[in-house]
Amino acid sequence: MGFTLRVWGDYACFTRPEMKIERVSYDVITPSSARAIFEAIHWKPAIKWVIDEINVIKPIKFQTILRNEVNNIISEKAIKNSIKNPNDSFYIDTNKNRQQRNSMILRDVEYVIKAHFEMTKYAGESDDEKKHYNIFLRRARNGECFNQPYLGCREFSCNFELLEDEDFLPLNETKDLGWMLYDIDFVKESDSYKKVEKYNPIFFRAEMVEGKICIPKDLQKGVNK
Amino acid sequence: MSLNKRYEFVILFDVENGNPNGDPDAGNMPRIDPETGHGIVTDVCIKRKIRNYIEVVEGEKQGFDIYVKNGAVLNEQHRKAYEAFDLKPENKKLPKDEKVAKELTGYMCKNFYDIRAFGAVMSNEVNCGQVRGPIQLNFGRSIDPIFSQDLTITRCAVTNIKDLEKGQTMGRKQVVPYGLYRMEGYVSAHLAEKVTGFSEEDLNILWNALINMFEYDHSASRGKMATRKLFVFEHETSLGNAPSYKLFDLIKIERKDKSKPARNFGDYEINIDDNNLPSGVKLIEKL
Repeated sequence: MGFTLRVWGDYACFTRPEMKIERVSYDVITPSSARAIFEAIHWKPAIKWVIDEINVIKPIKFQTILRNEVNNIISEKAIKNSIKNPNDSFYIDTNKNRQQRNSMILRDVEYVIKAHFEMTKYAGESDDEKKHYNIFLRRARNGECFNQPYLGCREFSCNFELLEDEDFLPLNETKDLGWMLYDIDFVKESDSYKKVEKYNPIFFRAEMVEGKICIPKDLQKGVNK
Repeated sequence: MSLNKRYEFVILFDVENGNPNGDPDAGNMPRIDPETGHGIVTDVCIKRKIRNYIEVVEGEKQGFDIYVKNGAVLNEQHRKAYEAFDLKPENKKLPKDEKVAKELTGYMCKNFYDIRAFGAVMSNEVNCGQVRGPIQLNFGRSIDPIFSQDLTITRCAVTNIKDLEKGQTMGRKQVVPYGLYRMEGYVSAHLAEKVTGFSEEDLNILWNALINMFEYDHSASRGKMATRKLFVFEHETSLGNAPSYKLFDLIKIERKDKSKPARNFGDYEINIDDNNLPSGVKLIEKL
């Protein structure tokens, strides 16, 4: 069962995996990032969001921003050490672990995304399509969400609105967007939805035809079964 | 107690003759949106100030340690931490055992305020070594396009003996004569409750931090900065009762006299359209 969601925001960064040290955004939102927006509103292991269509409403514009960031992450060993020796406090020294990283981000974006959900094998007895449909419908209408959805990075939060009858006008532009990330295929280890064995990035040839990007059906079926 | 309500907030802060957030790309000039000329303050800039405030004011308390610190204190412990931090390739794998991973993240959340509030990446795999915190900040933007000035200053001493005959050296200082900035943020009750355990006490500390953060951040480059207003939207439920953009739109800030550039906070007028406040949402003016 499907929904149409209008999302918009001042900035967005859908980082290209090949250029992620100095982030460079894709031209448009990736299906994986769009999925996360739906999941921020409603998700349970019982359902899986599948993106059908992305409509680009506003012209594609870029801007760069350089920020001071840290170049370290917490290691498991350090935490374990600190648990064992409570007096050994530790932290990241921002003056020493500084890294200036440039990001090429999108400005002033708006998309209309069509998506539907499917039931998964983790659905319990009380899970049926109608229930999840209604939960999402109610939340999206009222602006309720689990956490504020965002456009690629959390500092670029996004506004959302459920489109029920209203029409929208996609950007009148046709462009080959090249190879783009569809989603990460989370290969599960066992029956638990949590235990992921492998993360396989899956790419597709994205083409924007008069502002519209359609997601190939075989990808929808094949990835994250 | 864990948080059970969703919040949004709008914070207004201003700068007088200072540089609120330098752009390393533009020789430390104040950040500017190249399209509109509005000033920008990044989310991470404000997060840094919140962390510094917590470290100064709450740092002695158990559980209020700060993980991402300015390295002002260099002690023995610190050096040890560094050794522990040395990431070797064999350490890069996440603990396979879910329980151990949970224990580790739980420990970090309990001890570090900034991890509880903003989350942290604790491993390079996506699985469970990464926590998303409930606090989410947007970029701050100035209400009007800002004008930034590059001032040349002189110093009557020199650094190197070979420069002695020059007598004095020149430096530069970048200032915004005046700018009023607006930043918006979100607090997700669900991430607070289910992921990091960010509590009501933590939230009150956050409000204090937002109000007082500039008081502990005076420096030669900042000039006079202050938080002017803090509006908090409190929803009745954890999922919220209205879309956040509708709430943010209720607060409008305008310059009173459009013919003159703004030079102080009094030059702006704040209009709050609280007649249109959606039901189930309370507007609290913290400052």
